[in-house]
Amino acid sequence: MSAAVWRVLRRLGVSLVTLLGAVTLTFFALRLVPGDPAFAILGAGRQQVDISPEVLAVVREQYHLDDPLIVQFVLYLGRLLSGDLGTSYVQEQPVSALLVAQAGPTLALALLATVLAVVLSLVGAVLTAGRRLPSWISSALELVLASTPVFWLGFVLMLVFSVWLRALPIIDGGDLRSLVFPAVTLALPTAALLLQVLRQSLDDALEQPFVLTARSRGLGGLSVTVRHALRHAAIPYLTMLGFSFGALLGGAAITETLFSRPGLGRLLVESVASQDIPVVIAVVLVSTAVFILVNTVVDLLYPLIDPRMRERAATGARR
Amino acid sequence: MLLLFVVSALWPELLAPGDPLAADRGLVLAPPSPEHPFGTDEIGRDVYTRVVHGARSSLALGFGAVLIAVTVGTVFGLVAGLSRRVVSTVTLRIADIGAAFPELILAIFILALFGGGLGTATLAIGIAGIPSYVRVVRAEAVKVKASAYIEASYGLGLAPRAVLLRHILPNAVRPVLIIATIGLGGATLAGAALSFLGLGSPPPTSEWGAMLSNARNFLTLGWWAAVFPGLAITVFVISSTVIGRWINASREGRA
Repeated sequence: MSAAVWRVLRRLGVSLVTLLGAVTLTFFALRLVPGDPAFAILGAGRQQVDISPEVLAVVREQYHLDDPLIVQFVLYLGRLLSGDLGTSYVQEQPVSALLVAQAGPTLALALLATVLAVVLSLVGAVLTAGRRLPSWISSALELVLASTPVFWLGFVLMLVFSVWLRALPIIDGGDLRSLVFPAVTLALPTAALLLQVLRQSLDDALEQPFVLTARSRGLGGLSVTVRHALRHAAIPYLTMLGFSFGALLGGAAITETLFSRPGLGRLLVESVASQDIPVVIAVVLVSTAVFILVNTVVDLLYPLIDPRMRERAATGARR
Repeated sequence: MLLLFVVSALWPELLAPGDPLAADRGLVLAPPSPEHPFGTDEIGRDVYTRVVHGARSSLALGFGAVLIAVTVGTVFGLVAGLSRRVVSTVTLRIADIGAAFPELILAIFILALFGGGLGTATLAIGIAGIPSYVRVVRAEAVKVKASAYIEASYGLGLAPRAVLLRHILPNAVRPVLIIATIGLGGATLAGAALSFLGLGSPPPTSEWGAMLSNARNFLTLGWWAAVFPGLAITVFVISSTVIGRWINASREGRA
């Protein structure tokens, strides 16, 4: 048991170090921008807008720009730890307040899209694995969906269902119905990737001896797939799920812009346009933290699914 | 199919002799017709001509980004695979940190700091793609380094640099090139996405993502202005993926 705890702690440690690295990278990236960092933070780096000396002084004070770089960095970390993500000088309010206001819609969108992608890929893979023609059709469909730009997919869906069939509203009305389009748009490419991986590993699993054993006990095709092969295929599937969550976060920015939905992604895009750098950095850090968190959870789930990994982890920890 | 795209990128005049910027005010958002096979856009420009001419910027973005990612990724991958343990670990950790950012978000971040435009967008997607290539090249380099023929060439008295250039580099890079072929589609997609968000190529250049972004506002009036550029992206990504897989399969068949 202690080996398991140790393993979890170790994994969390790695994630924290990675997150710290990401924070460090964003901090120093800002300093790579040519010119006065105060101007970069204020978003006037390239526009040469007149900024009053008072505002400049406030920024210099807040970011301790007159101190040595290392002191700036440590103070910056301290502020991040206390939840202070800085101030948006364009919107004139704390960045954290902006984030909190926009996090809900993105969370709903990402969750629904993930659930949709998982359901679609599970059903698709179970129904097509080990069957020649359905597999072929499904893999062609996966290729098309994985190659389609998210924003274009959204267009086509809008065109077909709203403009031609008039089944769903285009404009976001704030209700659950208006979440359907963006979520489906976001889910389809992810579902295609997941389906590819899952069918591949299901096909591999179905060739294993234990499947033959199960069949010889009189189990039918589908129940073998569901009861035995699926568990076998879970690890690569989860890895892909964690990995594709990053694409989902990027896709959220596109989907939210396309459907004019509120959310973190749209906040990011708008902040880039208005050169609101503190907000940009905050959204980047938050999405990276979420991405790291998701992948940490995926990693920690492995031993729960595969008993062999539990043993390996235990022996590995003792070494 | 891929050839068709390359031709339109290099010599767009061959396939579409018209001017992609020429606007015909009398023909605003005209549906597809024999004269304008893909219709016209909101200021009367021929969508077909713009799609053909758009291949150049879209493909340049994709190819450029992959080139950056592969080159830098290969250098660091070799460093991680071949150098002493400390250097190797540090390189890998940095790659891990890079991979911790969602790729598109990282690209947007770079664009936010250093400004939009086709060049920066290419650079941003290239940089965001580096970490994955570092991992692949490192894995290959480690594998190749352990193989018998490398030991043999050292045994024959070859200098380490010669071994690196003549044996390790070609063998470690070959699988990367296959991934790069498949990655080309992804990079082109990401580039179009950035242009769609208004961070890539500036108007009035014809670029597929930017064209889509424009057409978004006229979706109900003229679906053709949005559908055809998107179709171009999709078909290009599919064909590059299929070719990548085909090369991969034929290689595995030989091995």
